[in-house]
Amino acid sequence: MKPLEDYLVIDFSQFLSGPSASLRLADMGARVIKIERLGVGDICRTLYTSKLIMNGESSVFHAINRNKESFEVDLKNEDDCEMVRELLKKADVMIHNFRPGVMERLGFDYQSVVALNPTIIFGEISGYGMKTEWKNNPGQDLLLQAVTGLTYLTGNADSGPVAMGLSIVDMLAGSHLAQGLLACLYRKAIKGEGGFVQVSMMESAYDFQFETITTFMNDGGALPERSKKNNANAYLSAPYGIYQTENGYLALAMGSIPQLSNLLGCEKLEDYTEISEAFDKRDKIKAILAEHLLSNTTEKWLSILETADIWCSDVLNWNALMAHDGFKVLNMIQEVEMVDGYKYETTRCPIRIDGELLKSSVGSPKLGQDNEKIIKEFINQSTIANA
Amino acid sequence: MNRPLEGLLVLEFCQFLAGPSAGLKLADLGARVIKIERPKTGDACRQLSIKNLFVEGDSLLFHTINRNKESYAADLKNPDDLERLKKLISKADVMTHNFRPGVMEKIGLDYGNVQNINPKIVYGAVTGYGNEGPWRNKPGQDLLIQAVSGLTFLSGVDIDGPVPFGLSVSDIMCGNHLAQGIMAALIKRTKTDKSVLVEVSLLESILDVQFEVITTYLNDGGKLPDRSQAKGSAHAYLSAPYGMYETRDGYIAMAMGNLPNICEIIKCDIADLYVEAGSAFDNRDKLIIRLAETFKEEETKTWLGLLEQHGIWCAEVLNYQTATVLSTYKNLEIEQELDLSSGKKIKTTVSPIRLDNEKLFAAKAAPKLGFDTQDISKEFELT
Repeated sequence: MKPLEDYLVIDFSQFLSGPSASLRLADMGARVIKIERLGVGDICRTLYTSKLIMNGESSVFHAINRNKESFEVDLKNEDDCEMVRELLKKADVMIHNFRPGVMERLGFDYQSVVALNPTIIFGEISGYGMKTEWKNNPGQDLLLQAVTGLTYLTGNADSGPVAMGLSIVDMLAGSHLAQGLLACLYRKAIKGEGGFVQVSMMESAYDFQFETITTFMNDGGALPERSKKNNANAYLSAPYGIYQTENGYLALAMGSIPQLSNLLGCEKLEDYTEISEAFDKRDKIKAILAEHLLSNTTEKWLSILETADIWCSDVLNWNALMAHDGFKVLNMIQEVEMVDGYKYETTRCPIRIDGELLKSSVGSPKLGQDNEKIIKEFINQSTIANA
Repeated sequence: MNRPLEGLLVLEFCQFLAGPSAGLKLADLGARVIKIERPKTGDACRQLSIKNLFVEGDSLLFHTINRNKESYAADLKNPDDLERLKKLISKADVMTHNFRPGVMEKIGLDYGNVQNINPKIVYGAVTGYGNEGPWRNKPGQDLLIQAVSGLTFLSGVDIDGPVPFGLSVSDIMCGNHLAQGIMAALIKRTKTDKSVLVEVSLLESILDVQFEVITTYLNDGGKLPDRSQAKGSAHAYLSAPYGMYETRDGYIAMAMGNLPNICEIIKCDIADLYVEAGSAFDNRDKLIIRLAETFKEEETKTWLGLLEQHGIWCAEVLNYQTATVLSTYKNLEIEQELDLSSGKKIKTTVSPIRLDNEKLFAAKAAPKLGFDTQDISKEFELT
């Protein structure tokens, strides 16, 4: 059995942060029902990346919302609201990521929902908290990266701000929300109590940077300094970085400079014998290494370095990765199917429980595809009669 | 306050970042976390410093990751120590480790053996690349994991070659996944009353981080990400204006938005480049370069004033100095102080999760190596 079997999650959230949390709960066995706006649904349905349209919707939507059901409602219609309230009475978890004030207006804020269901676990994601000066600012991933200092960690010294090329803050906030919800589900199983879990993207972005921001707090407020070239971490010494070779690239995590000099036959590195120089003179050392590594192939360097237990690796793109047995053995890709028979490939949950992969063949839902079933199953007949 | 994991005992056999960051999450949520450390040296992270910053003999890095925990020193190769540990394991709810495949089997603390010691244990294991396959014995190091996962072709511009994320992103996400898996397992245990095995790997975690773009790749004929040639571009799969632009005195970040509308507001002529909605994708690089010319002409504040007035999603790009003085940063209470044994204090972050309207503050600093050995021995009658 999956760990969250028999739990019901009602998810009002859109885009990535909230829905990524409910995807995790779904893969762990929970039943997740998306509450979607009449006629439109989750805006992510039309948030296209690279113009790819899959069965009428964005690839991103399909990735985030597989293994869920869709209940299409008009939250401005009292009858529809009554049905949602019926659902919430039976739910274990509710999730939303609306801006401050929206759920209060709709009557689905924490106080109202707890009045319906005292043991519900209510999860909420915001950009900047519900009570701050920026509470109404858009909680958009790149903007969060920009205002939390994150863009000065990636790239080289002269690159200017460089974003991490993924919606990393959304995913972190989703991950933290899932943790809070799981902790409360455990408490509920033991004590029968509900809970209120709040996560903001700003706090999540700093949690991600806890090592570097703690350094900043205790180091007289010195800013991170990326190396001139081949930077992979502003705070680490040479050789930490990725280097071009004659036919590709090489990632080098560690290794004392004298040892590398010896193994790679790089005479110019021989002068750097002090341990502290690996940090203090990293720009010079990296420049020498970069030039030297161009003189032979990735395979050649790997064969020398791996024999000496130096931590290094080839640099792969997805084509090369997915052709590799090291990837294939993970069984990371699964095929899912939508109600209309449309099939697509996506990744699976990264967690294994009792040796089993948490796979599911259920694809993303068409807008409102589960209305009839949900009404039949959950909604009191008198509610429908009034509707 | 009533923390959800109160009463749970977690034994952490992990070092470095991935496993210990999961332990930190569980500790902040209320669990009691005891680090099991090798005598004399302990978690190797104690000596792994950044900028040579040490606090009372241990690196600031170690303090950051291991606050709110206890330390029990034991030598896994010493039979007496191992016996005591087995007794402790028999009373634990959770144990975690991040040894390479085979190590715990040799010691006799692999899942099979631990189940015999404690049939209700939740056993969490972290590896670099899983337990099988040609990579299973490779070092599970963050940069190397990023390098093989394809992640390095998503950031920066195409002429940069591979650009890694400047943080240990696979370690941190893997720690998040381990914490999730352990809590799900604890929930499962309340129903079955039986032990549960939780396994995560750095590689699977960093693939999960890429789930949106990998799904796009898998269903788009295996087309690799196409990063922009234009400096400041922020996402290989999103159209102009998504990115960061230099202004007269700094940088401005522009999220996705209606391009003609934005260009009208900032008075940037794109008529030749933008002929239909698809142009924002097709002419992305040229459009970003064109926008960059305009943004250079005024100060960030001027642009923000103009754009925000029209509801355009944008923000000033801040560094740690400018970001940490914001009222929003302060109101969110991102920082807390830890009490060191010397009476001094250090600052670090608080758990990002707010529960029942409260932040999960925890002022307990990281333990000195073996600090709690005696008390734990006494409490659990290990001798």
